[in-house]
Amino acid sequence: MNAVVMNEVRKGFYVDSVALMRISRSIGRLKQVDEASLMMGTPANREIMADAGLLADEGAAAGGGDLVIAVRAENSAAAKEALSTAIEQLQSPSQKFASGEEWTPRTLRSAVSAFPSANVALISVPGEFAAAEARKAIRLGLHAMIFSDNVSIAEEIQLKREAQSLGLLVMGPDCGTAIISGTPLAFANCVSRGPVGIVGASGTGIQEVSCQIERMGGGILHAIGVGGRDLKSEVGGTTTLMAIDALASDPDIESIVVISKPPGDDVAKKVIERLGIAGKPAVVCFLGSAALPLPANVLQAYTLKDAAAAAVGKGFEQSERPGLPTRSGGIAGLYSGGTLCAEAQVILRDAGLPINSNAPIAKVAKGREGSYVLLDLGDDEFTRGRPHPMIDPGVREAFLIEALGRDDIGVVLADVVIGQGAHSDPALPLADIVRAHGRRSGPIVISAVTGTEQDSQVLSDQESKLCKAGIVVASSNADAARWALAVAGRG
Amino acid sequence: MTGDPIESLLRGPPKVINVGLAGFSRDLSEQGVESVHVDWSPPAQGDPIVAALLSKLDGSSKERIDAANSRALDQMLSSEPVLIDVIPASEAIPALEPRRILHAGPPLEWERMCGPMRGAIQGISVFEGWEANLSDAQKSAEQGLFSFYPNHHFDAVGPMTGITTLSQPVMVVENRKFGNRAYCAINEGLGKVLRFGGNDDEVLNRLRWIRDEFGPALGRALRNLGGLSLKGLVARGLSMGDEMHQRNAACSSLALRELAAALAETSSDSQALTRAFAFMAGNDQFFLNIAMAMGKSIADSARAIEGSSIVTAMSRNGTDFGIQVSGTGDSWFIAPVEMPEGLFFPGFTEEDANPDMGDSAIVETVGLGGFAMGAAPAVAGFVGAGAASDAGNYTLRMKDITAGGNPEWKIPSMDYIGVPTGIDIRAVVETAIAPTINTGIAHRRAGIGQVGAGIARAPLKCFSQALVDLARRLEAK
Repeated sequence: MNAVVMNEVRKGFYVDSVALMRISRSIGRLKQVDEASLMMGTPANREIMADAGLLADEGAAAGGGDLVIAVRAENSAAAKEALSTAIEQLQSPSQKFASGEEWTPRTLRSAVSAFPSANVALISVPGEFAAAEARKAIRLGLHAMIFSDNVSIAEEIQLKREAQSLGLLVMGPDCGTAIISGTPLAFANCVSRGPVGIVGASGTGIQEVSCQIERMGGGILHAIGVGGRDLKSEVGGTTTLMAIDALASDPDIESIVVISKPPGDDVAKKVIERLGIAGKPAVVCFLGSAALPLPANVLQAYTLKDAAAAAVGKGFEQSERPGLPTRSGGIAGLYSGGTLCAEAQVILRDAGLPINSNAPIAKVAKGREGSYVLLDLGDDEFTRGRPHPMIDPGVREAFLIEALGRDDIGVVLADVVIGQGAHSDPALPLADIVRAHGRRSGPIVISAVTGTEQDSQVLSDQESKLCKAGIVVASSNADAARWALAVAGRG
Repeated sequence: MTGDPIESLLRGPPKVINVGLAGFSRDLSEQGVESVHVDWSPPAQGDPIVAALLSKLDGSSKERIDAANSRALDQMLSSEPVLIDVIPASEAIPALEPRRILHAGPPLEWERMCGPMRGAIQGISVFEGWEANLSDAQKSAEQGLFSFYPNHHFDAVGPMTGITTLSQPVMVVENRKFGNRAYCAINEGLGKVLRFGGNDDEVLNRLRWIRDEFGPALGRALRNLGGLSLKGLVARGLSMGDEMHQRNAACSSLALRELAAALAETSSDSQALTRAFAFMAGNDQFFLNIAMAMGKSIADSARAIEGSSIVTAMSRNGTDFGIQVSGTGDSWFIAPVEMPEGLFFPGFTEEDANPDMGDSAIVETVGLGGFAMGAAPAVAGFVGAGAASDAGNYTLRMKDITAGGNPEWKIPSMDYIGVPTGIDIRAVVETAIAPTINTGIAHRRAGIGQVGAGIARAPLKCFSQALVDLARRLEAK
């Protein structure tokens, strides 16, 4: 072996052995360098270097307080180069400080210890794990907002009971929307602060009502999501009742809105009773439900828009309708928001139309076919393995193209939901498809945007994109459905 | 939280812990909402059976386990370890007899032992006079003429090969709070040593000197001193850059300072005293074996608490990694040991490394070593590209899997947080965060010695097995 061994000794130069090993490793990796070692020149270290074939005379003469830089390289130029690189590294201490890997907690428990003033856990892990995380959150003293779905009803009941005994809220599972003190959580809109408090079993329901309130000049302080099953008899409205009590005792809340699918009779009765006890003006909107007996301070609204109007003390008025052409044929509704689909069903059903829906409300037939069909495209049957249409409107594309080509359809209804969590520009793909596939004498497309000017997608920008594509834009989902009736000659 | 929790939630902007979709976290920070994102992954690495077991334990036995763990932690934290004496192993452990050999790690037979372990056994049998030479020793071992037991079965621990036999002197640490004792042989220094499988004359002569001269001298000094209290010493060491596993420079110095006068006072032979001082002063790791006996005396105080999921021993024998858990008594939960990752001395590479070995992980069991990495930033450099500024992250990570912090052992540079103590197997299984163990790396062949140092991770399988057994025992009650 004609390798060159070269040593350099720094007298009285102490460097920590770990630092030296790190430099040794980087020098050892240089081209044409066989091996390198930086060690303090203690007898034991000199022996190690000798055994490794790295010790030259200079190094052999070093003392324990001296630093030995030893290299073995293919030629003397490489050895010299390695020595000088080592010295360079020794003399330029690292500039890096605290810029290492940032620490993030891996468990709720350590997150709480890092952020002890936290008061709510927003849980969006896969459903099979969500209940366990929520249980941990509750036991750590946190309210839980469970965005995840696929949590069993048994687990939901257990969680809500345990939370209730601790005075904590379980919002969800399958709770997409909440606003706490004006702060939107998960899928929610930036609405002005105001004296309205909402309790909602449905995310898009809360979104539409809060955005309608905004349009009417009102504002929201809290919107408490409770999850789609809270008002089922088995769950008994645990979270809804707790939320009503909280809004009742909050001095900044002047009126309360409760939004849900029609609850079990027993639960509906309890909710209405509790609103009666609360004493503040209140409105219940159980989409699709028949008229219910009510105490004096409680109104019943049949659409989300009317619920918003009641909450801000306005009457149930219909907005002025623009001049619309008429079309023979049916109505196809293609919704990304499930509750928006339900609201449209209420309006079409009450107009006496024979509608079908994959997610039918009371007295509506279940089905995906027919001339009057309203589809909830966010339903599991369409979203298995792909994102919800509010996140990725692509799910709607094929349905839209098909409907625009049908001769037996006069109106296509398509919602647009914006706000935090939603697609960054959902009006654009809708406008593009209508531009590409709309026909002069084909179906009229009517849409309404659920959103506000403060949302990052900007309500008016979205509306103008739709208008430019020839889409008729209503100012509420309910109006869009009513206008559809007018176009179809049923209004 | 004061008053009604719902009222206090609605009083101001929410303070959110986000578990799941990272997008929600970004939305929150864009709005200026205070939030912390949890880097969540499925519990038990997505193993549905273990996850179901975890959640079942969480439902049915949580209070019981928590209460048992809090007792285990209290006992560990209230321990009062004192180094009181050095005595022959035969006196400390009466069960020792000729040809009976204690070793590191869980039980192991000769056939499955790694090179250094075999080398150390050959060496010790010559040292004890059982065999004339190393090759006779090997033959006897192959013929089954020795019996092997883990140190842990006899209140003892030993670093690396961890060989303990009857005539070796052992240091005695007494836990004065609970009266239990733990034993560990004296650290031989660096270079060629028995604990790395070294077995030539140099190694055996040093052991003889320790047996005949140094051990008794240290014992006299400790008796004269009335014992060396360890808790405060370790606290000072933590503030001086030691983590008590890879780095014992401060504590070794502090111990020498505490012992110097007593060593001098009890010695009438100035040559022997000089040798004793030189030996201690020349070994930065002198304190490691003291820290280990201390760790053992502390961890044993938490043994056999029904229902407790706190680890009482982690140990490796170069072939297997084993743990013991308070609520499952003396059962071992074993998985193949992993290779340590680290930096190597000149002339050596990963290929020379022996798998992880030694009882020394007892220091991690009580919150030191890898768990106290934040106290010893220099040591963090041993793992891959780890920067010194990352040291604290190792300690923070271990908080995720421990029952509490030690209020007496604090890390000044981390705003005086207490070292994370009391490894909870539930948390290890749930988070899949393996305990980090700082370790020396031995050559895979006997007799060569230490070739590097680095970090080893406890195999997760040990912890899930232990959890299954704990659940079974809880159910049987």
